Amino acid sequence: MASLRRFSPLPGFGLAMGYTLVYLAIIVVIPLTAVGAKTFTLGWDAFWAAVSSPRVVASYQLSFGASLLAAGINVVFGLIFAWVLVRYRFPGKGLVDSLVDLPFALPTAVAGIALATIYSQNGPVGKLLEPLGVEIAYTPKGVLLALVFIGLPFVVRTVQPVLADLEKEVEEAAAGLGASRWQTFCKIILPHIAPALLTGFAMAFARAVGEYGSVIFIAGNVPMVSEITPLMIITKLEQYDYAGATAVASVMLIISFVLLLIINGLQGWMQNRYARGA
Amino acid sequence: MSASIALHAGSLERQETASTREPAWVRVVLVSVALTFFSVFLLLPLGTVFAEGLRKGWGAYFDAMVNPDAWSAIKLTLLVAVIAVPLNLVFGLAASWAIAKFEFRGKRVLITLIDLPFSVSPVISGLIYVLMFGAQGWFGPWFYEHDIKIIFAVPGIVLATIFVTFPFVARELIPLMEAQGSEEEEAAVVLGASGWQVFRYTTLPNIKWGLLYGVILCNARAMGEFGAVSVVSGHIRGQTNTMPLHVEILYNEYNYAAAFAVASLLAVLAIITLGLKTLVERQTRRQLQDIDTPSGE
Repeated sequence: MASLRRFSPLPGFGLAMGYTLVYLAIIVVIPLTAVGAKTFTLGWDAFWAAVSSPRVVASYQLSFGASLLAAGINVVFGLIFAWVLVRYRFPGKGLVDSLVDLPFALPTAVAGIALATIYSQNGPVGKLLEPLGVEIAYTPKGVLLALVFIGLPFVVRTVQPVLADLEKEVEEAAAGLGASRWQTFCKIILPHIAPALLTGFAMAFARAVGEYGSVIFIAGNVPMVSEITPLMIITKLEQYDYAGATAVASVMLIISFVLLLIINGLQGWMQNRYARGA
Repeated sequence: MSASIALHAGSLERQETASTREPAWVRVVLVSVALTFFSVFLLLPLGTVFAEGLRKGWGAYFDAMVNPDAWSAIKLTLLVAVIAVPLNLVFGLAASWAIAKFEFRGKRVLITLIDLPFSVSPVISGLIYVLMFGAQGWFGPWFYEHDIKIIFAVPGIVLATIFVTFPFVARELIPLMEAQGSEEEEAAVVLGASGWQVFRYTTLPNIKWGLLYGVILCNARAMGEFGAVSVVSGHIRGQTNTMPLHVEILYNEYNYAAAFAVASLLAVLAIITLGLKTLVERQTRRQLQDIDTPSGE
């Protein structure tokens, strides 16, 4: 290790690093490689059969489609939240700022049963929508709704600090040069916060794809219609189809890793950009 | 993934002048949209948990809590958190010390690996331990021969919980300790402090709020985890049911009032977590202001 690191007078590197690596290996790295190892024992045909069955493909379409849409909705409303929290004063602002993180803090099963109750036929919102012919609970719309709930804080909390750091002088200069408020927003503010919006979008999307607890209660889990991919893994496990469950899990893991790399890249871009004081 | 739950340093408000202010109607519309969305998406679900829990009155509410199965779920949830949180706390301190105070090759890779559990679906977080310790798993047969149960038992639940809460403490401490640098620690070493003294009297006072915040988040997730625990638990009533799993069982039995009563305990935990978060953020801001404006100048 010593040759790999620069000299420091501080003690404890060996101990701290050794403990970190051992704990990381036992809890994270070795168990995750089990997915890869199990997948390789399957053989290509069995793997392909498991990950391309019509029911599983339908679940990809729902999981990825709803997650993309939910992350898009989160970008719009997350930006509005960040904007009013940074720039305006209004009654209840402190409460809003604290409770924006509720989807992080509220256990997903609790959020799941609450959303399912609210939007079911007899629930407070479901009751209002039923005469209009709009059904949310136990349809793909319910999945979308739960994913919007779970993803909101990612966009708000990524955009909020960037918006707060934006120099007022830049906007004043734009206004002084005759730009309307809307032009200033589109040409000055939006390009500045774009990396943060994109990072928030990617984070919300990544979380939504893997989300389980808040979705399954409201989804209704109708085969081919409202089954999400994580539920397919659970279903296969309950049928003792460990190989099939692992195959679907490996597909999801690869997508998660790609998303993680993209998010890391975006955060690097953000750091460079905002550090230069653009 | 956790950048969005990091502490806010500095004030997030700003003063506006006429030229950088939107027309009044725009402001009203934006605030109304935000408040409507807030009420429907955040306040309503939270309120529903308590309203539904109390629907059959306080008597039924408390009956749901003192029910033996509910009580054993509460005890198991506390047990799991008491094991998982300290383990990840020690790991977080070790990892952030190594990463923030020293320069070495492969640091970015190490940070990415520590972040990994955040980007893995909770269901997969449970599955990996089934593949390791399940009946057909790598180590399953060995543990079976020695009559040790891990999957569908408490150890599996603890392992899955450690996995999903793995990055929380480290993720809060690494950026904080990197920002603070290691000059103070180096000075302490030069003055003859031992390793433990450096940590106890120099580093710990500087990171205490970030550490507390990481532990709060770690604990909230440990007590509330559902997907990962659901895969490894086996749902044995009175034995391997945590509170979120107990809520699920009650809900699926159409025992809504009891399900929401137990769920309301978890909702209270969430509210306490958010309250502490606000408090810690205020403390951090004050600490930063103290650094910016040293006394005596």
